Amino acid sequence: MGNTEVPVNYLPILLFIGIAIVFGAVSLLAGWLVRPSRPYRAKLNPYESGSPLFSDARVQFPMRYYIIAMLFVIFDIEVIFIIPWAVRFQSLGLLGLVEMLVFIAILLVGLWYAWKKGALEWD
Amino acid sequence: MTIPVFYYLILSAVVFLTGLVGVLIRRNIIIILLSVELMLNATNINFVAFSQYFHNVAGQVFVFFALTIAAAEVAVGLAIIIALHRAKSSINVDEFQLLKW
Amino acid sequence: MTSYGADLLVILPELIVVGAACLLLVLEPLTPPSRKELLAWLSLGALALCIGLTGGQISVLNLRVSAFSDLVVVDGYARFWKLLLYGVTGLTILMSLPYLKAERLQLGEYYGFILLALSGMMVMVSGADLLTIYLGTELMSLSLYVMAGLKRSSPRSLEASAKYFVLGAFSSGLLLYGISLLYGVAGGTKLGAVAAAIGSRGFDDPLLLIATILLAAGFGFKLAVVPFHMWTPDVYQGAPTSVTAFMAVASKAASFAAFLRVFVEGLGGLKADWSNLFLLLCLVTLILGNLVAIVQTNIKRMLAYSSIAHAGYALIGLVAAGRGMGESGGASGLASVMLYLALYAFMTLGAFAVIGMFRKGGLEGEDIEDFAGLAKRQPLAAFLMLVFMVSLAGIPPTAGFIGKFYVFMAAVEAGLAWLAVVALIFAAISAYYYMRVVMVMYMREPDPSAGEVPQLVASPALTVVLACAVAGVILFGLFPNPLVSLALQSVLPLK
Repeated sequence: MGNTEVPVNYLPILLFIGIAIVFGAVSLLAGWLVRPSRPYRAKLNPYESGSPLFSDARVQFPMRYYIIAMLFVIFDIEVIFIIPWAVRFQSLGLLGLVEMLVFIAILLVGLWYAWKKGALEWD
Repeated sequence: MTIPVFYYLILSAVVFLTGLVGVLIRRNIIIILLSVELMLNATNINFVAFSQYFHNVAGQVFVFFALTIAAAEVAVGLAIIIALHRAKSSINVDEFQLLKW
Repeated sequence: MTSYGADLLVILPELIVVGAACLLLVLEPLTPPSRKELLAWLSLGALALCIGLTGGQISVLNLRVSAFSDLVVVDGYARFWKLLLYGVTGLTILMSLPYLKAERLQLGEYYGFILLALSGMMVMVSGADLLTIYLGTELMSLSLYVMAGLKRSSPRSLEASAKYFVLGAFSSGLLLYGISLLYGVAGGTKLGAVAAAIGSRGFDDPLLLIATILLAAGFGFKLAVVPFHMWTPDVYQGAPTSVTAFMAVASKAASFAAFLRVFVEGLGGLKADWSNLFLLLCLVTLILGNLVAIVQTNIKRMLAYSSIAHAGYALIGLVAAGRGMGESGGASGLASVMLYLALYAFMTLGAFAVIGMFRKGGLEGEDIEDFAGLAKRQPLAAFLMLVFMVSLAGIPPTAGFIGKFYVFMAAVEAGLAWLAVVALIFAAISAYYYMRVVMVMYMREPDPSAGEVPQLVASPALTVVLACAVAGVILFGLFPNPLVSLALQSVLPLK
């Protein structure tokens, strides 16, 4: 861990980041210094001289999206165990297959439970 | 040439501290949940970096499990938040009045 | 293939518990609401099977078997904790039967979650790799977060669950970051590899220091040690009482078990550093836990602070082990922690069983004032509560005294007589708030304007739980030797 030499290949990226930050900061600052500031109601609307607003842009999602998201997260992440097994399928052999079947059976228990409890109903 | 492991440590420390501070100062449970995820992902950076450094896969295996645990945690957290929202229609930590925080 | 079968055989109790939990989840939607108790009996059956399996190995207590290339290990230490956890879980399930009925919470999932939490704890106590210990901790915690919020009609329970979840997730983040740094130091996550790396690399690595502190903080949350205790009173008060009992006893025992194993087997080389750190934590915990408990008016909150204080007493044993390691003092320090938590299980379960079934017009009577005049109305219930309170205060001839005695002896042996004296003073202070409950029960008349007087609602299952708890408290108080020698035999091998 004592190895702290500078990775030279990545220096341009650092340079780029620096330039981007400086450029953004300078242009925003210049605009703020130079422009006149005369705010009024119509100007502060999100769409100046566009269509009038009729509600807040931050709408709340119905709760069932979260339930679907919850189930999605669980079933999505299980792929992390299935992919390595699929890659080494040949060498893992029958034992690997049986283990994966047990794993999927446990997942199915969860799916069965969610189904029976009505978590998959949309209404 | 490769990047020394020390750099990854700094990156992960920054990510971890971002999450830590987020948990401590933010008041919305969803944001707190996101901050916890940041903390967990910082550890994943560590594991992968050290795994590369030692040329041993134990760290990567750990990342698999850490990711799964993080997903399970999100699911349980979301479930608790939904139940809380139904009961109180608020997920702001400051509005938890019944028990002192 | 044969060795694979042997590995599976080693973790057979865990497999049975997980299998039973899955079976419960499959059967739950099929069981009509009036038959949910069958699921409880099913889980008790699984537990009985496990008790038979692990208890059958008691003649070969110290046989060390490891499986899955040293990911899990079953030794005397793991067997001791597993037997304790089976007992606690069984009593919790029995206690839950009448409690859930009274609260109209007949959910079959409840038993599934208890079994899942139990399997997490079993993995924790036999984990020999930071990976398995972390997985076990998370399995236990995730189940407990859900269980704390099972009373979905009560916003208080949901709030408790949310708080427990946020702080628990935060603490597991700290724990995991500590583990990742430890992996960076050692190049492996097996406790043996960590110990070897510490032995060869020396102690002054800053990464190692940070990792140790993060691990201590992560476990500190699970153990409810000051300054990581702030979730405890809220969660204990808000969660359903049977779940509170389970958290206070089983999750604390399992967390202590994993904590001791990590710090003794993995980080034993740093004992000089961590024993000072834990000495500090232990003092703060004793002071704050005992003093804040005095001013509580809700009995579940009071028991929460008392459980914080008891974690402090148990930590004394670990500090003594750290100071005396390599000599005889180390083993007796560790054994005293194991003994303390085993005895603490009986009295705390008993106290929570009384509180859970203490009913005031369909609601739980959980203010200390609700106990006023109980001795006149229900002398037996009042006497049981008296026994548990006396034992929690550590007054002979109860189990609580034996636990404190061995912890203090270990401290004296390790040359920490002053710590034993301080702890003794705080034990005397703690007697004040335990005895206040007794005084309210025996000396005070219920307020006539308060309306309905609370009653203890008896049931066969509750009777069994209370009988077991009170028998444990009194028998181990009078004849502690079998349990003491069991703890001494099954203690972790020290280097």
